[in-house]
Amino acid sequence: MTERAWIASRKGLFELLQQNGRWSLGPIAFLGEPVSMVLADPRDGAVYAALNLGHFGVKLHRKDAGAAQWTEIVAPAYPLKPENSADPVDWTVKFIWSLACGGADEPGVIWAGTLPGGLFRSADRGASWTLVHSLWDAPERSEWFGGGYDVPGIHSICVDPRDSRHVLVGISCGGAWVTHDGGNSWTLSAKGMRASYLPPERGDDQNVQDPHRIVGARDTPDQLWCQHHNGIWRSANFGVDWQEVSPAPLSNFGFAVAVHPADGNTAWFAPALADQTRIPVDAALTVTRTTDGGRTFTALRAGLPQQHCYDLVYRHGLAVADDGRTLLMASTTGGVWLSENSGDSWRTIASSMPPVYAVCFG
Amino acid sequence: MATLIFTPQLARFTAAPQIDTDALTLRAGLETAFSANPRLRAYLLDEQGCLRPNVAIFIDGRTVRDHVRLDAPLTAHSKVHVLQALSGG
Repeated sequence: MTERAWIASRKGLFELLQQNGRWSLGPIAFLGEPVSMVLADPRDGAVYAALNLGHFGVKLHRKDAGAAQWTEIVAPAYPLKPENSADPVDWTVKFIWSLACGGADEPGVIWAGTLPGGLFRSADRGASWTLVHSLWDAPERSEWFGGGYDVPGIHSICVDPRDSRHVLVGISCGGAWVTHDGGNSWTLSAKGMRASYLPPERGDDQNVQDPHRIVGARDTPDQLWCQHHNGIWRSANFGVDWQEVSPAPLSNFGFAVAVHPADGNTAWFAPALADQTRIPVDAALTVTRTTDGGRTFTALRAGLPQQHCYDLVYRHGLAVADDGRTLLMASTTGGVWLSENSGDSWRTIASSMPPVYAVCFG
Repeated sequence: MATLIFTPQLARFTAAPQIDTDALTLRAGLETAFSANPRLRAYLLDEQGCLRPNVAIFIDGRTVRDHVRLDAPLTAHSKVHVLQALSGG
């Protein structure tokens, strides 16, 4: 039974609790501080919160199952940049943009994706972190560029539930990359994506794709979904190749995607107008849902604001619970909505929250 | 002994009491504080050892412009204020 969710916002981490069948906001942690990412680890019940303090840098906290307090743990950090390095990138963590649990067979393993594009791995629940040099040192990284931020960043980390050494990451803008050996080696894995924001001769270049968000299905792990900058793509083979869902409903553009944990043909999206306006189509907030692998979509509007709505849902602003029916969505202008029927109807949880960066259940 | 005085805002996150040091440079003085509370280092310096962009340091009322070397001299009577830069608010 789904009982708890988390809302990471510009002004703190909000807990959303279901009590007596009703969801309501509960305790607030880090009030006033930007919380860029939150991760609930189902393996041990711990919750991780990444802070991006305006003055004092990126921090990471963990709250263990049953604990009353959060504890600051070590945040990912780059090694000293070699003096002879020709890399123009500043080797400092600007932002933790994604957190993911390792596989069920590797308790304590946590992955972190950051701006400016470094992937980090912890084997000890965040007591220490190691930069994944094999990806950071890839020559192709010099071609990555910022998407949404001035520098590139890793926002999606998909761990294959059948094989913990099989991991795919999504980078804005650097395509998708996959490892089969736990991160020792990586290859580009964005074949089939197309970038309409570059000259035509570069459109198929895997290394310049902007996959806004990539998520996988728990029980059908070969199936991945990607809300790309200019369309929706899906993969039936864990990213070996990708097929565009065409035409995407309402708009090609959006940031978020959530996939049903038990049914990889069912996914939800939050389309918006590209590129400069970035508002809901017709200023009416809509979630789109496919249940047939992208052949058809349903526009879901019940309970969502349909007039003068300018809420934008970021990459991590839409999540589905393990039951496949409970959805949580939150926006950059502080709207929070919950659905308990697969998106058919929504209830407003709050309409004046701080800007929301990420939501998750657990 | 030079004296380092930290913004009380730091205390929301980690211990940063006023500290006296006989260090002769700013970086050495900061290291004195970090030895008392190792966690403080990552609040003031990034992983490359540079002062975070939105932290401001004044030595005897004068702004420290160099955020990389941090080798400004300290005297036995220096008062070092480590503050939040308004840019980071």
